[in-house]
Amino acid sequence: MTHATRLRSLNGAKLDPRAIRRDFPIFERNPGLVFLDSGASAQKPAAVIDGVADFYRSDYANVHRGVYRLSARSTELYEEAREKVRRFLNAADAREIVFVRNATEGINLVANSWGATFLGPGDEILVTVMEHHANIVPWQLLRDRIGVKLVVAPIDATGGLDMARFQALLSPRTKLVAVTHIANVTGAVLPVESIVRLAHAQGAKVLLDGCQAAPRLPVDLQALGCDFYVFSGHKTYAPTGIGVLYAKKAILDTMPPWQGGGDMILEVTFEKTVFQEPPHRFEAGTPDISGAIGLGIALDYLESLGREAVLEHEEALTGYGVDLLSRLPGVNLVGAGQRRLAILSFSLDGIHPHDVATILDQHKVAVRAGHHCAQPFLEVLGLGATTRASLGIYNDERDIDALAEAIKAAQKMFKR
Amino acid sequence: MDLRDLYQDIILDHGQHPRNFRAQAQPSHFAHGHNPLCGDRVTIFVTLDGERIGDVSFQGRGCAISQASASLMTEILRGKTLAEAETLFKGFHAKVTGNDAPATPEALGDDMDRLEPLTGVKAYPARVKCATLAWHAFEAALKNGAIGATVKTE
Repeated sequence: MTHATRLRSLNGAKLDPRAIRRDFPIFERNPGLVFLDSGASAQKPAAVIDGVADFYRSDYANVHRGVYRLSARSTELYEEAREKVRRFLNAADAREIVFVRNATEGINLVANSWGATFLGPGDEILVTVMEHHANIVPWQLLRDRIGVKLVVAPIDATGGLDMARFQALLSPRTKLVAVTHIANVTGAVLPVESIVRLAHAQGAKVLLDGCQAAPRLPVDLQALGCDFYVFSGHKTYAPTGIGVLYAKKAILDTMPPWQGGGDMILEVTFEKTVFQEPPHRFEAGTPDISGAIGLGIALDYLESLGREAVLEHEEALTGYGVDLLSRLPGVNLVGAGQRRLAILSFSLDGIHPHDVATILDQHKVAVRAGHHCAQPFLEVLGLGATTRASLGIYNDERDIDALAEAIKAAQKMFKR
Repeated sequence: MDLRDLYQDIILDHGQHPRNFRAQAQPSHFAHGHNPLCGDRVTIFVTLDGERIGDVSFQGRGCAISQASASLMTEILRGKTLAEAETLFKGFHAKVTGNDAPATPEALGDDMDRLEPLTGVKAYPARVKCATLAWHAFEAALKNGAIGATVKTE
């Protein structure tokens, strides 16, 4: 029995992208849209859009403040969303889930609170060359503040993480390994289990950027054992403005607040403030209540499809796309090592990605062109920019076919 | 709008076979232009001969629009006075951003006509900066002289 059929038999159901598409109003309002940019931000199902509107209509009030029933209900829904995130990640405790604006803010929180408190000159932070700017710049800012060293692990010839070099760069000086779970430029799935094991053996903490992984892979943080995990709601079919930082409770308990304000305090006098316990210690001010509730609904939606079914679907479609694009003359697919999921970055001989994207747009194919917020990685790849198609649960083979046809049209236009 | 209005033959030709694509060892003025959004880069080299542009050339990489625009610009600007160059940039900028272009002096009419194919970008707002990058770099070069400068389109 193959891996795929085993998963299907375990899960029972196979994903039906056509039915799923009917759950997303954007496709009804934009007939013919071939949306291949979920890696930048995913579309929203009606359940999320309506759920957020319903919340404002029926249950809205500020959280953690009012004694009146409406506020209690709002608080309950907000905290229920936190529990949904806990379940989604299989974290041990809902108090390990901090609501932030997005993954970027989650990483900045770790850098400013944990990093600035527990790291010092000479300590090393190990990242990979594949990182998004969000997992580079916060560490550079920390470096400039406190003198930590940023160490960068390279890729191998196939485009995967060079594990031998990665291991060689790990040392007792390494205090944090901050790596992506799935590379946003190439779709390379990193061997995070091995990374966590190797890092912990050296006493380093591990932060995983789950932006591209959370919407696609079942994530079991108790099994994985990483110390920090971040993802953005808007890439996970939820509204913009909400994201998640997971941190192990034992670590979160030691971390000082990074922003001060309401909701994160127990008692304030002008002399002294007593802070809340985590996670509220890290959620200063009125949070994105409706965003959190929308995120909870989006995660419910993904669970209802079956996380294994989502993975199986995107794996199959990724394979279809790799087969098709790599057979097209003049198309150069950027390598992703041993395992790739949901992202196809490519260049076309003699045609700049920006021109490709404009021509594809004319065929209603929405893709991203540019450096994908990973300029250092593009530099290493020797490319100024690529065109990137990224998949979501509503995509099927016809979308990949439309991409291929649009690519051929671009090539025809530029053939002279 | 038909894509052929954007990717006219003249654009594709200049994009793929850019003219005056070379560095100058000792330009009197130069500047780098960078569009961080898409990674397009051009470096414009200018050698002034009094009030006239004696030589202008460029190097860079980027989309067909940005490279064709730089190529066309170098062909048109050579031999022009600085005042004429400024007039051309103003007219071109207005056209590609969809604004009312000032009346073109008759002497520069042919040159404005040659830039016409690039004005297709006004239907593609995300691409306007591709067309203007070289011109912004040229402007920055004149301001900063032989020290060089970097201009970003954002």
